[in-house]
Formats: sequence, C-alpha cells, structure tokens
Amino acid sequence: MSEYLVLIYENEASWANADGETAGKMMAEHETFGKNNASKLRGGNALHPTSSATSLRRDASGKLLITDGAFAETKEALGGYYVIEAADLDEAIAIAGQVPAPFGGVEVRPIRVFD
Amino acid sequence: MLAATIRVAGDIDVAEECVQEAFSRALITWPKLGVPAKPGAWLTTVARRRAIDILRRQSAHDRLLTDVVHKDGEPEAITGGNPLIADDRLRLIFTCCHPSLSIETQVALTLRLLCGLTTAEVARAFLVSEPTMAARLTRAKKKIKTSNIPYRVPTQADLPERIEAVLAAVHLVFTTGHTAPSGAGLMRRDLVERSLELARMLRVLLANDAGVAGLLALIVLTDARHKTRTGPDGTLLLLSEQDRDQWDAKAIREGVGLVREALRQSPPGRFALMAAVAAVHAEASSWEETDWNQIIALYDLLLVSWPSPVVALNRAVALGIAQGPEVGLEALAQLAPESQLSDYNYLASARADFLRQLDRRDEARVAYLEALTQCENEVERAFLERRLAELDP
Repeated sequence: MSEYLVLIYENEASWANADGETAGKMMAEHETFGKNNASKLRGGNALHPTSSATSLRRDASGKLLITDGAFAETKEALGGYYVIEAADLDEAIAIAGQVPAPFGGVEVRPIRVFD
Repeated sequence: MLAATIRVAGDIDVAEECVQEAFSRALITWPKLGVPAKPGAWLTTVARRRAIDILRRQSAHDRLLTDVVHKDGEPEAITGGNPLIADDRLRLIFTCCHPSLSIETQVALTLRLLCGLTTAEVARAFLVSEPTMAARLTRAKKKIKTSNIPYRVPTQADLPERIEAVLAAVHLVFTTGHTAPSGAGLMRRDLVERSLELARMLRVLLANDAGVAGLLALIVLTDARHKTRTGPDGTLLLLSEQDRDQWDAKAIREGVGLVREALRQSPPGRFALMAAVAAVHAEASSWEETDWNQIIALYDLLLVSWPSPVVALNRAVALGIAQGPEVGLEALAQLAPESQLSDYNYLASARADFLRQLDRRDEARVAYLEALTQCENEVERAFLERRLAELDP
C-alpha cells in the first residue's frame, strides 16, 4: 500500500462566481466521494482562496521575506486536497478520477516514506 | 528474460543487474561445463535466482514495494516455460506504456526494455545524446518505482484503453522508422524492424485483440512496399511510380488476412481502417486501377472514430486524385486553418502537386518552397527540389 496526495487545482474565479446552487451541489459531490471511498481516505481539506495566502522565502542573506499571495501565480490554483491510500498508481488514478473538480483537475503525487 | 526477472525483482534496475550477472556467470561456467541444453532458460533461471537473493536481503520497506509486483505470482517457481515468460513480457509492456508516462518516455522504455536496445541505441533513435537518454530513462524508472506504476496486465475495465496506449507507442516507433523525421535516409529500417517485432509479439500475447491485428496488418502491408520506395540512386519514388511486382507478395497476403480479421470488430478500430487503406493500395494492380472511392470511404469512417487533421489531409489528397486536382485543392483549402497542420510539410506538398497539375506554376512554386522549409528528410527534400526545378521550362 502507498499513500498519495491528490491535489485539487481549480480556477478560483469560477468558484467565486458560482451561485449557491452550484456550491451546494459541489459540497454534496465531495460528500458522496468521501462516502464511496471512506476506506481509502486518510485525510483531506478545502483551502481558502489564494488571496488569503502568505508566502515566505529567505533572501540571499538569510532574511525571511514575507509576501502576500500564493507561491506561484497560476490560473488554476491549489484549492484543496485528499490523502488517499492505494495499492498502486492505477488504483490511485481510479480514486482520484472520482474527485469532483469541475473548474480544473487534480494532480496525483506519491507520498514519500522515509526509513 | 529481463521481463521475467523484473517480476521477481520488482525493480527494473535490479533486474538489469541480475541479467548482466547471469551473462557473466555464463561466460565463466559455459566454457568449463559446456553450454546448457536451453541456454535462454538457464540464463533466466540464474538471473531470477539472483533477484530472489537480492530481495531476501532488502529492507522491509523495499519489500513492501515489491510485494505489489508479485503478489499474484509465485516468484520462487522457476519453470522457464514460455507461457510465464509471455505473461511477463505483457506485464512489462503495460508498465512501459503506462499513460502516466509521456509517449516519448513510453517509446524509449519499450525500446530499451522490450526490444533490448542499449541506451546508446535508444538515444540514436531519438536523435539525442546518450547522457540525455540515460537521464530520461533513469527518471522514468524512478517514476515507475516512486509512484508505484503496477507491473501487471490492467483490469478488464481498463484494458481496451491501455491496449490502445501500447498500440500508439508501437505505431510511433513504426512511423518514425517508415519516414524518418530528419536525416539522410528515407527510412530508418532499424526502427521499422523493432516495431514489426513488437507488433508480432503483441499478436502472440493478445491473440484475440482486433486492434493488435489492425496494427500488425498496417505495419506488414505498408512495409511490403519498402524496397520500391526509392530508386536505385536513392531518389524518392511515388506510389504511382513504384514497380508493384517488387512488392512483397507474401507480406501482402499476410496483411490482407489480418485486415479482414481486424475489420470484424464493430466499429472497426483506427489501425484496422488505416490498414484497410494500405490493403486497397497493396491489392491494386496499378496506380490507375486503385479503388479511390473505397479509400475515400475508409477515410470517412476513420474521421468518425479518429477525427485527426492528418486523416482529413489524406482524405483530401485521395479526393483530388479521384475527382481531379481542383476538387483536391478545395478540400485542402478547408484544412488550412488547422493549426496542427501548419508546419506539416505534406499539406504544402499536396497543395503544390495539385497546383502543378493545374499548371498554376507560380502558386505551385510558392507551395513547394513552403514544403521545403518544413521538410528535414533529405530524400524527401531532393524530391521536392526536383519538382520545383521542373516548374521552370
């Protein structure tokens, strides 16, 4: 068994413009996904939009620079994630393919295990 | 042999080392004790035993990873029988052609691990340096391991799509060899032969798959003409100029049989339809006798299941041959906005040829020049330059 992180990347503007009905439908779809895959889910969260993000980097002298916004500006931004358990990449793709992401898509990344 | 060892080792790098070790052991023992009755089975057995030794010594964590690989097998049972080895090759090709790998990576892995090309040879096939290819292969193997791309035949539900991915990779090997994207020769025979080898292997492994029959038919039928595609001096000969008596009649018989089988699937697959077009050419006694309406009908069917601009271009060319260059030009004009074709030299050269037939020389000249800027195969370039020169009386 391996663990995979399923990153949900979606267009934030589409989310911001979505009406209450669409948002409610999305919540219901995530709930259905959670129920259908309960035995495989190890965690997951929805994130506030990137406008609430704060990025931290160190400059050459080692000083911490604090900036407003996401680490990388992209049209589709990280908006939430699931941690899933799967036998292999095929199973991980089968589960991640059910994650609702109407305004974008998902990225599957194997979680590294250290001895 | 490598495939059989990977199943035990659960890791491509380890398996490659085991196989190499088996060969060096053979070099030491065979001269002393004589060559065994089945040298291949002997080597596989030694390589797999070595892999099992390594496995036993591996940490618990690594073993977890490999459990997945042979959980449905019996890694200790070394039978050396063909069915097992066939199974292993099938597993390996599905790993190499996994959709989570780029098509270039799929092809590189397939050539390296299934055809047994060296890294240097794979690098030559892709026209990149050996260190570049070595790095690409290492990255790919690392991804297979870290993301746990399974080493097994996909589930029944995924199988049709996954077979299609394998066929696309083998087809890419063939097309790259059939007309080399660049270089001095029209063809790259080494790649054509590798693709034929792979298609024949798939035919054995997936005997009832119509798509596999279609791809093998396409390769066999297209390649049946390979001796006549260039003249004695190396110049390009068009289908209309080739000596059809020189076509490989045995290959054509085999290909036509395969096409019939492949077309029984409904709706017919992409490669079956392309092979059917090749069969119409192969069975025509001359260029003039070719059943162009049949070819157009096949392209129409292909456009439904595989709507690609290249198919539309081929259809337009067939239409121009059947109904005259004006009709052909009109059909090509409708394709021009297709950005995917904007640097595809066959669009400009097809337009040039229709314009030449209509004696619209100035426009033909521009089109030939455009095709020349897009074409990097020297044999095709020489052909276009000859046609261009012929425009000036």
